[in-house]
Amino acid sequence: MTVLPKFAVERWTRASAVSGGVAVAVVAALAVLPLIGGDNLVDKLTTLFVYVILAAMWNALAGYAGLVSVGQQAFFGVGAYFAIRCSVAGVPPYPALIAGALIATAVAVPLSYFMLLLRGGEFSIGMWVLAEAIHLLVNLDPLIQGETGTSMIALNAYAHETRLAANYWLALAGMVGLLGAIFVLLRSPFGASVQAIRDDEEAAASIGVSVQRAKRTMFVLAAFGCALAGVLWLATSVTFQPKTNFGVQWTAYMILMALVGGLGTFEGPILGAVLFFLVQDQFAETGVAYMAGLGTVAILFALFAPRGIWGEIEKRWNLRLLPVGYFLRPTGPPKPDRRSK
Amino acid sequence: MSLVNLIAQGVLLGGYYALIACGLSLMFGVMRIVNLAHGDLAVLAAFLVLTISTTFDVSPFLALVVTVLIMAAVGWALQRFILERSLRSGLLVPLLATFGLSIALENMLFEAFGADTRSLGDLIGDLVFDSVEVTSAFSLSYLAMLIFGLAVALLGALSLFLKRTSLGRAIRATAEDPDTAELVGINARAVYGVAAAISVATVAVAGAMLAMRATFDPYSGPMQLIFAFEAIVIGGIGSLWGTLVGGVVLGLAQSVGATLNPKWFLLAGHLTFFAVLAGRLARDWGRARGGLRAALGF
Repeated sequence: MTVLPKFAVERWTRASAVSGGVAVAVVAALAVLPLIGGDNLVDKLTTLFVYVILAAMWNALAGYAGLVSVGQQAFFGVGAYFAIRCSVAGVPPYPALIAGALIATAVAVPLSYFMLLLRGGEFSIGMWVLAEAIHLLVNLDPLIQGETGTSMIALNAYAHETRLAANYWLALAGMVGLLGAIFVLLRSPFGASVQAIRDDEEAAASIGVSVQRAKRTMFVLAAFGCALAGVLWLATSVTFQPKTNFGVQWTAYMILMALVGGLGTFEGPILGAVLFFLVQDQFAETGVAYMAGLGTVAILFALFAPRGIWGEIEKRWNLRLLPVGYFLRPTGPPKPDRRSK
Repeated sequence: MSLVNLIAQGVLLGGYYALIACGLSLMFGVMRIVNLAHGDLAVLAAFLVLTISTTFDVSPFLALVVTVLIMAAVGWALQRFILERSLRSGLLVPLLATFGLSIALENMLFEAFGADTRSLGDLIGDLVFDSVEVTSAFSLSYLAMLIFGLAVALLGALSLFLKRTSLGRAIRATAEDPDTAELVGINARAVYGVAAAISVATVAVAGAMLAMRATFDPYSGPMQLIFAFEAIVIGGIGSLWGTLVGGVVLGLAQSVGATLNPKWFLLAGHLTFFAVLAGRLARDWGRARGGLRAALGF
């Protein structure tokens, strides 16, 4: 008779406990930074936080729910649009920004029922068409003046430093909140069902996963995240130009960060966003050649390392810093499992 | 008469959409891949025709013949080096790879040709503005009719090829089930190569027509992809002649929209696309009662 080895099911390893502690310390340090740091650093980090949000949102869609959207710029742009509308209607700037993101999310709820009936590649381009249609509809608003765009003038009421710090804290809170939400969501039974859908939709449905509801949740969460990133971008740039704010390059950035960092891992998109931020900082002036390079990097990663950098690290060293899955640790054959009664 | 004119212009415009859509439809039908670089390949072809035509001082139509051959080779290479690797790894990878290709192509074209809008219009002589004048308010442009005729001819040739030839049968069999097709001696890899070559060759024709009837620049691709996709979905995925119908419906919607307000040209097309989609989903809902309810998670 063969004795099956005993396993203990674990969620935290020593490495992940340490990194969890480090993450808390880093967030705490980041939170007090504007009180001591320079304006330039604060401004740049705000951009980084927006990138992290975007990468994490695209990863939530594609890496976990298997939804490859090429139209997330729809929410990025429309969040900013609604924020400006709220501001013009008399809402104070920062509440208007948050309201803009929330209204965009409210728009995403009915859209999710419709768009998620499309599958695979149809969903991808369908989302792109949706983004184009919303872009054109926003252009019709006389306030926006077509492609000319407008500005969120009310933001200029604040002193430069005040605004920088407020944007920074809003971005930090948004990033930590969204990452935390994804972390909790993915560790819940819901997370297991979303990943089951990504791996095999029919099989997931057959074991009782509510496929459409799980996808809708991820769709709406990602819409909120992208809209929040969009209003944060508006808060830093003040101007709103439909061509820029609804540009497909936002989705291109999201795809690149999530893909290079590691689709379907929690840590990957954060790593991808940091790398992208550093590269952007160095090479963005080279413009077109730089974009061509980004496209090429995306092809290479898609073909040769679809799990991204973090995926490879996980595979090689079995390292998970912020685990959303489970570990099986062999506890030796005959000894009874500590956890079993 | 202006209504007749409006309809005629819309229908003829639809011919271009059918032309750009048929390659996308073929590739999706055979390989289940939505090629996100489809529109950029059309723009690449347009630049090739322009370059060949001006460098060797030949007619753009002659340059197009050469370009079609080059683009067929590009299609084959696309399948061999990018799509093949990604085909068996699910939905995600081909979408990511072709999206990366799209970004890379656009910016390489920009690097090579700059931001100027180009057109083949000045290279095709009188064809660009000649028309049959039916009445003073209603005339049909030769070029638009040529494009429509090309679309019909191409779709006809393609459907005859798929129905009647042994290679066409092999393509259909592989589209149905590649593994079973291999069991009966079909080389699925070669078939995919041929399908991709044909698909991208038709894109070359569409790209040249885009360049003759309008202007283009390195970033014109995504919009062409969207038009092609809308035509396919409106016409019903998987049907070649449906693509023509879809193109015509899209062209009509845009023409009518633009007549009401010039700003509504594109928007009318997008909204028609969503309306058709909603109509189809509602129909499915009616047909499958419990099915769709369950799918919505109730």
